[in-house]
Amino acid sequence: MITIRELGKSYLLGHQESSSSLSMDLRESFTAGIRRTARNAWHAISGRQLIQGDTIEEFWAIKDINLDVNQGEVIGIIGRNGAGKSTLLKILSRITEPTLGYVTLRGRVASLLEVGTGFHSELTGRENVFLNGAILGMNRAEIRSKFDEIVEFAGVQRFLDTPVKRYSSGMYVRLAFAVAAHLEPEILVVDEVLAVGDADFQKKCLGKMQDVAAGGRTVLFVSHNMTTVRALTQKCVWLKSGRLMAFEPTAQAIDRYLSDGLAEATRGVSLDYFRRDLRPDSPVRIVEIAVSGHDKQGDKIPTIEDGEFRQVAISIQSDIPVESAKISLLLKRDGEDTVCCLYSSDGGDVIRLSPGMNLVKCTLPRLHLPSGRFTIGMGVSPRTDSPIIDVIQDYPLFESRLRGAENGTLEYATRPWGAVFLPDARWEVVAHDSR
Amino acid sequence: MSSLHTNTPYELTLAAGRVEKNYWRDLWRYRELFQVLAWRDISVRYKQTVAGVAWALIRPFVTIAVLTVVFGKLAQLPSDGNTPYPLMVFAGMLPWMFLSSTLSDASNSLINSANLISKVYFPRLIVPAATICAGLIDLAISFVALLILMAWYLYLPGPQILLFPLFVLLAIVSTLGPSLWISAVNVRYRDFRHLVPFAIQIGFYASPVGFSSNVIPEQYRLWYSLNPIVGIIDGFRWCILGNQSPLYFPGLLVSITFSILFLALGIRRFRKVERQFADLI
Repeated sequence: MITIRELGKSYLLGHQESSSSLSMDLRESFTAGIRRTARNAWHAISGRQLIQGDTIEEFWAIKDINLDVNQGEVIGIIGRNGAGKSTLLKILSRITEPTLGYVTLRGRVASLLEVGTGFHSELTGRENVFLNGAILGMNRAEIRSKFDEIVEFAGVQRFLDTPVKRYSSGMYVRLAFAVAAHLEPEILVVDEVLAVGDADFQKKCLGKMQDVAAGGRTVLFVSHNMTTVRALTQKCVWLKSGRLMAFEPTAQAIDRYLSDGLAEATRGVSLDYFRRDLRPDSPVRIVEIAVSGHDKQGDKIPTIEDGEFRQVAISIQSDIPVESAKISLLLKRDGEDTVCCLYSSDGGDVIRLSPGMNLVKCTLPRLHLPSGRFTIGMGVSPRTDSPIIDVIQDYPLFESRLRGAENGTLEYATRPWGAVFLPDARWEVVAHDSR
Repeated sequence: MSSLHTNTPYELTLAAGRVEKNYWRDLWRYRELFQVLAWRDISVRYKQTVAGVAWALIRPFVTIAVLTVVFGKLAQLPSDGNTPYPLMVFAGMLPWMFLSSTLSDASNSLINSANLISKVYFPRLIVPAATICAGLIDLAISFVALLILMAWYLYLPGPQILLFPLFVLLAIVSTLGPSLWISAVNVRYRDFRHLVPFAIQIGFYASPVGFSSNVIPEQYRLWYSLNPIVGIIDGFRWCILGNQSPLYFPGLLVSITFSILFLALGIRRFRKVERQFADLI
């Protein structure tokens, strides 16, 4: 159905030669400005793209991709942010064209890169169903025949003639997804759009996706949620920095992808790699996370025997005094199963941060953890009621080993290990260094 | 059966710089999207306004009143034959408002649809083309208003009025070419966003909207007609006012030639860059 050969896509990036405008004197910046304007004018005349910056770099979003997908296969595409997943989908759905190589598609393609593309807030729900359906490639007769089904799926019968700008955000995405879910192309390309709505609706969406897959259609599906990928796909493409690392059965691909994330972290990639830039100039920053008593040894994350994980040490750099901070902690196993999600404010512990470096410890009761790789997500808010301003996501913390013989057996591998658990934790600032 | 799954085997190769052989067939297949987008533009145009569709009437009437006072009364410019001045202005206003509003809407249409273009494939030509439909609706409303004004002045159009659709077609063709060209270039160089309103303002005075082109001395008439809008406005006036406003044929020919030429250039330019829209927008 899909043949991809030597596919590559490059973008041009502009760089500012001098990082700080203060270091340049006026004349220098003036001549640089003239040079830039002259270059832009020249590019405009010769019909080239305008790029901000002093120097231009070619950046390959994806390169050397070779892939064959057969009819009826449901393929997951996994990889870190910026690995090229979305670029690949954009090429397949004809939104952008490749720089190198080619793709042959046998069958009509519909793409779902976003829920509610083209929804117009002034139009009613009913009108938007037709608008969105047409944009996604359905014709009017088809939309009309599925209209009732779509409305029922979304559960917005009562609000059909209300402009969607009056909808709650939940209703909005439900209606948007419902339209998309009723597409029936031969090849369906889906970006991370299933993560919408409440848990019930997500379940409904997954069910719908399973139906689509079972209906013999070819589906390419991007997700960061490994549980969803496992549930929906048989094979996975793993992309890393624009290269195809693996195209193999889902379980294997996910395993390699996750262990690569860990290897990456242990190869001295800093915590910043896992930071989500909510505010790049955040006055409160997490600078180190570790399991107490288990410092990172060289390039390995610590291995911890079952029950020994008792305390997380968090170093927080603060530029301001913070009366009562809220620190959140999300512990996950193998990147998907949530073990626990805790707030420092849960038990009423007060976290007072002073300017400089603060060492905060979170002490947990004895946790029995199955074998696996555990990652931690952490966030800091300067007040208990304010939004999070610094976030670390999926930072590899340790590997746990369960004592006993059942380790590695099939029974062990398929055993459900449970879900969220809320232990009583104790939070405290244990040290401060005003540097 | 839906247009998406016709039973004919469908194969498509995507590669750099590949000219699609079934471009026009694709465009035809997406005609429903064209209709839907045109309908969307029209139906959201006057939503949450108090006056609603009346805006399509208020704009021309006020403009006509001002132009009649400035050009007809203060500047004492002559009308065509013995037609009332407001009627003469209205006949010229009709194509001018259509041309200027579609040109400015269409130029920004691709940028305003950035969210669509970066998320879904469809022939991009549909977007600027659909905006022209909204302009046509306004044109139709204004035309009805013109008929009312003619009834007020007890002015009966001649048989030329039957050719009116042809002149509307000419107006569409003449605005489509530049619209495509500008909308395509606008994606890359946003300078046009500032240039177009300015050009329209100049064009208003350079074209015979508020006055009759008969005030142009005979020896300069051909030169004046190099502005393709002149031929279109004269054509509309001839159609509506009859022989009071005789048709200047060389001017009309210039308009037709330019319109077709610009359309060809516009389409060529558009197709050349449309595949990069998603990367540039």
